[in-house]
Amino acid sequence: MTEILTEILNALLLTFLVICAIAVAQIRDMLSAVIVFASFGLIMAIIWQQLSAPDVAMVEAALGTGVTTLLLIAAISKTRRAE
Amino acid sequence: MTLEDQIVRITSRLVVPFIQVYGIYIILHGHLSPGGGFSGGAIFGSSLVLVALSFNLEVGAKQISHDTSSILESGGALGFILTGLVAVVLGGNFLSNQAAGFPMGEAGELFSAGAIFIITTFLGIKVASTIITLFYNIIEEEDKSGASH
Repeated sequence: MTEILTEILNALLLTFLVICAIAVAQIRDMLSAVIVFASFGLIMAIIWQQLSAPDVAMVEAALGTGVTTLLLIAAISKTRRAE
Repeated sequence: MTLEDQIVRITSRLVVPFIQVYGIYIILHGHLSPGGGFSGGAIFGSSLVLVALSFNLEVGAKQISHDTSSILESGGALGFILTGLVAVVLGGNFLSNQAAGFPMGEAGELFSAGAIFIITTFLGIKVASTIITLFYNIIEEEDKSGASH
């Protein structure tokens, strides 16, 4: 029973990951794209944990979700917001 | 100060100490549990960036200024290299651990694994201050060009 639930969770996470990846490429508003990219990083961190790589998951959660978002928002505030 | 400002400030004031303790825990337990210098340093550095972002640059600079983080960045790299060279002086290869005679301690204890504990600590300082310096470089250039942040 637990294995089936884990499989369902993994399938859901991977589906959300693909949806987020397509959305980042499609969205025209830069700030929205950055926020969707942050959620992509968060889902990726959970997937790393599911793949038994907890140290990579920590780095992904701190850098991929936190610092990358901050630097991209700082870059947007210096340039134009719309593509 | 608007209501949104107040929510962000109070939340970050509550959360930042816990993030910092978690970052230090991951750095110091680098040889025992998942994580290590890089992960813990990234978490600790992003907590100080959160302070500078949710308050303003002056409050962030009161925690750790641009010059201090630059010095810590160089100091972390220097400590890493010096730890490697101490092993050479003690008669091993560069960065060798037990062969150079670092005390091993008991496996599973916090103060064990000889040079790895020291190297992880320096690596954590280096990564944390690198992230803070990166943030200050981008934001302060923004102030110079006259744009608001």
